[in-house]
Amino acid sequence: MEQKKLAIIATKGTLDWAYPPFILASTAAALGYEVQIFFTFYGLQLLRRDLNLKVSSLGNPAMPMPMPVPVLMQALPGMQSFMTTMMKKKMKSKGVASLEELRELCVEAEVKMIACQMTVDLFEFDTKDFVSDVEYAGAAVFFEFAGDADICLYI
Amino acid sequence: MADFDQELDASGLNCPLPILRAKKTLTAMESGKILRIIATDPGSVKDFEAFAKQTGNELLASGEEGGKYTFLIKKS
Repeated sequence: MEQKKLAIIATKGTLDWAYPPFILASTAAALGYEVQIFFTFYGLQLLRRDLNLKVSSLGNPAMPMPMPVPVLMQALPGMQSFMTTMMKKKMKSKGVASLEELRELCVEAEVKMIACQMTVDLFEFDTKDFVSDVEYAGAAVFFEFAGDADICLYI
Repeated sequence: MADFDQELDASGLNCPLPILRAKKTLTAMESGKILRIIATDPGSVKDFEAFAKQTGNELLASGEEGGKYTFLIKKS
């Protein structure tokens, strides 16, 4: 049987949105898939050596809260850090893997990680801040793999 | 439950960690050997069925006792 392929485009850089690409990539790899993730725009934040991702309830009325907080209050200084700390604590208590761990598992499983060269240049990111297992390329390289993929996800 | 060659305790871990740990452990095992996995994630019941189906490793048994789920998987 030919190896199945999963192609993912990761475009978001918040703590919550960082999970789906790494969870799906590592799981697919465990199931025998060949996996590539193309990181572009804010998704590039997921490649930083030191992940410092945040989560915000602003603009996200669906986020479960222990108690109702008026939207204006959510915009106060320190609220974003508070939400992030709460979310990380909750995840840890529920046995949810850290992003660092999931990313490391992806690397171990030979998930190929490609950073979009154009957005790296656009945001003037220093590639020294990114993990070393990253390749730098453009959209055409993504399609070389995605064109033959069984599943393609835009996250 | 039947005999097994190796055991993996994935208690307290949530999706997808039990599957990822199991895969890693199986990779280091010889074909035909049996891995026993213990998990507390209720989602792992369906996940291990799906894992076995897709990887060809056989799920010999699956059970639940006092909130702990156990699985016996034979490496293909």
